[in-house]
Amino acid sequence: MLDKKNTDKNTLTMNFGPQHPAAHGVLRMVLELDGEIVERVDPHIGLLHRGTEKLMESRTYLQNLPYLDRLDYVAPMNQEHAWCLALETLCDIKITKRSSDIRVLFCEIGRVLNHLLNITTQGMDVGALTPIFWGFEEREKLMEFYERASGARLHAAYFRPGGVHQDLPTKLLEDIFDWAESFPEKLNDLEGLLTENRIFKQRNVDIGVVSKEEAIELGFSGVMLRGSGVPWDLRRSQPYETYSEYKFSIPIGKNGDCYDRYLLRIQEMRESVNIIKQAIKKLEHTVGDDVLVRGKFTPPKRDDMKNSMEALIHHFKLYTEGFRVPKGSIYSCVEAPKGEFGVFVLSDGTNQPYRVKLRAPGFVHLSAMERITRGHQLADVSAILGSLDIVFGEIDR
Amino acid sequence: MVDLTSFQNNLTDTLRDSVLSIKEEHAHIIFDIIPSAIVEVVTYLRSKKGFSFTTLIDITAIDFPAKEKRFQLIYHLLSMTENKRCKITMDVSDQETVKSVTPVFECANWFEREIFDLFGIRFSSHPDLRRILTDYGFEGHPLRKDFPTTGFLEVRYDEVEKRVVYEPTTLTQGYRDFDFLSPWDNPNVYTDTTKNTKN
Repeated sequence: MLDKKNTDKNTLTMNFGPQHPAAHGVLRMVLELDGEIVERVDPHIGLLHRGTEKLMESRTYLQNLPYLDRLDYVAPMNQEHAWCLALETLCDIKITKRSSDIRVLFCEIGRVLNHLLNITTQGMDVGALTPIFWGFEEREKLMEFYERASGARLHAAYFRPGGVHQDLPTKLLEDIFDWAESFPEKLNDLEGLLTENRIFKQRNVDIGVVSKEEAIELGFSGVMLRGSGVPWDLRRSQPYETYSEYKFSIPIGKNGDCYDRYLLRIQEMRESVNIIKQAIKKLEHTVGDDVLVRGKFTPPKRDDMKNSMEALIHHFKLYTEGFRVPKGSIYSCVEAPKGEFGVFVLSDGTNQPYRVKLRAPGFVHLSAMERITRGHQLADVSAILGSLDIVFGEIDR
Repeated sequence: MVDLTSFQNNLTDTLRDSVLSIKEEHAHIIFDIIPSAIVEVVTYLRSKKGFSFTTLIDITAIDFPAKEKRFQLIYHLLSMTENKRCKITMDVSDQETVKSVTPVFECANWFEREIFDLFGIRFSSHPDLRRILTDYGFEGHPLRKDFPTTGFLEVRYDEVEKRVVYEPTTLTQGYRDFDFLSPWDNPNVYTDTTKNTKN
């Protein structure tokens, strides 16, 4: 594997991971070092490969939904969203306004969940330990909201083809609103620890610079792309759900370095809070509306099941046989917190997908690791990795 | 955006022969092409004004064991300036080697490695065609339809040998592949089959 040029230089080959705390999961990187300078990076992924795509081929569409949670387990609902959108487009289902707004609300909560984890662990990668404790306190509150809506803190399985599983419990919206009121203050505290922190800036400014052209060439999306100054956000440019009704701005970076990406994530969280508040306002107008498009794709109402034999049969058939999806293929994507998360589904007209491909943003970003890191110091590897926003659930699938 | 029919007419001779069909579906332009022309086609789509599909979103494959050309390769491209997506599909047979698009799109590197790993399709002039997702020393291509979901080998830590050992998979309970599809169900109850597209 070593080429001649490198052997002459007397480089050192080193293993980074798979059990390195800064590797954000199970990543093994074979680094080739010339002193402190990184000459070559070879990420070995797949240590968390569970064969999700293969498993999905032998399960019904509804049974497959929880697998999506387990991809990027930092912001689970955003993944479910792509799956639901794909099926809804294939089956030509139009969901209700209320469920659409609930989806927007929880997608933005997911974005905050993700960015909170990312910036605080990025801080930890360069030596700041406090932010992660503060960040996790907020994450815990958000996961409680997940739990109150869906019953699960993490693997929610809340978004369903045709809407969302259940309507929100009473008082949940009020509590989310209270949280949204108090959160910017917490963000200020976090920023106080990091944004102007001398060490944090020394470790991140001008590190891992990706130019505008490079970012496009490398297939980046999400914050990685916007950090380099490309104004591209699927919520704005190819709006899905009711995003076109929301007022929010999309922060764009200038230098494309790790620090810009950090600032962007902070700013995106503020925008998300903004969207969350708007969503709560909108949801107040649709109280009592159905959150599922009742039909063959969704379960009947509990009430009907007690009184109607047909509803009971339908419920049983839906959860065993599942629903059939028309023949055809679709690529559906959402602006997940990490970038463009896409689902490609090929349906053969039965109740199970013939082939599913999950397009994870982290996979593309990590593949550029070599290109970004070459020439940096060893210590910068973890800073860059931190700003790439890597979660192995989605990369290894 | 360039009009599709006029675009088709203005294709250069070589490209016209390689593009089998162009259509639009689910907000994607779909090009069905012959495999040997993939590099030319993506280069063209990337640089052509009015298209500028500069971002490679994804490359994936599908296995159809019954077909003569067993695999279908699918390339998803995105044009940020035109706000448009396109899909390039092509059929590839088992033994066929496909030209790598890494010279055009750098990020194709890992996508092609993944397809090589999971489907066993080879890409020529790929800089580093190794397995990516499966284990070191893994044999077979898991996403092929003839590969069992449970696999062939399982691993465990051997207390005596003090290392991880590989053994043939033993299932204490047989693999349960439930077929819930109702044989007497009219599929039209659920779906409107008039809207069917290919595959």
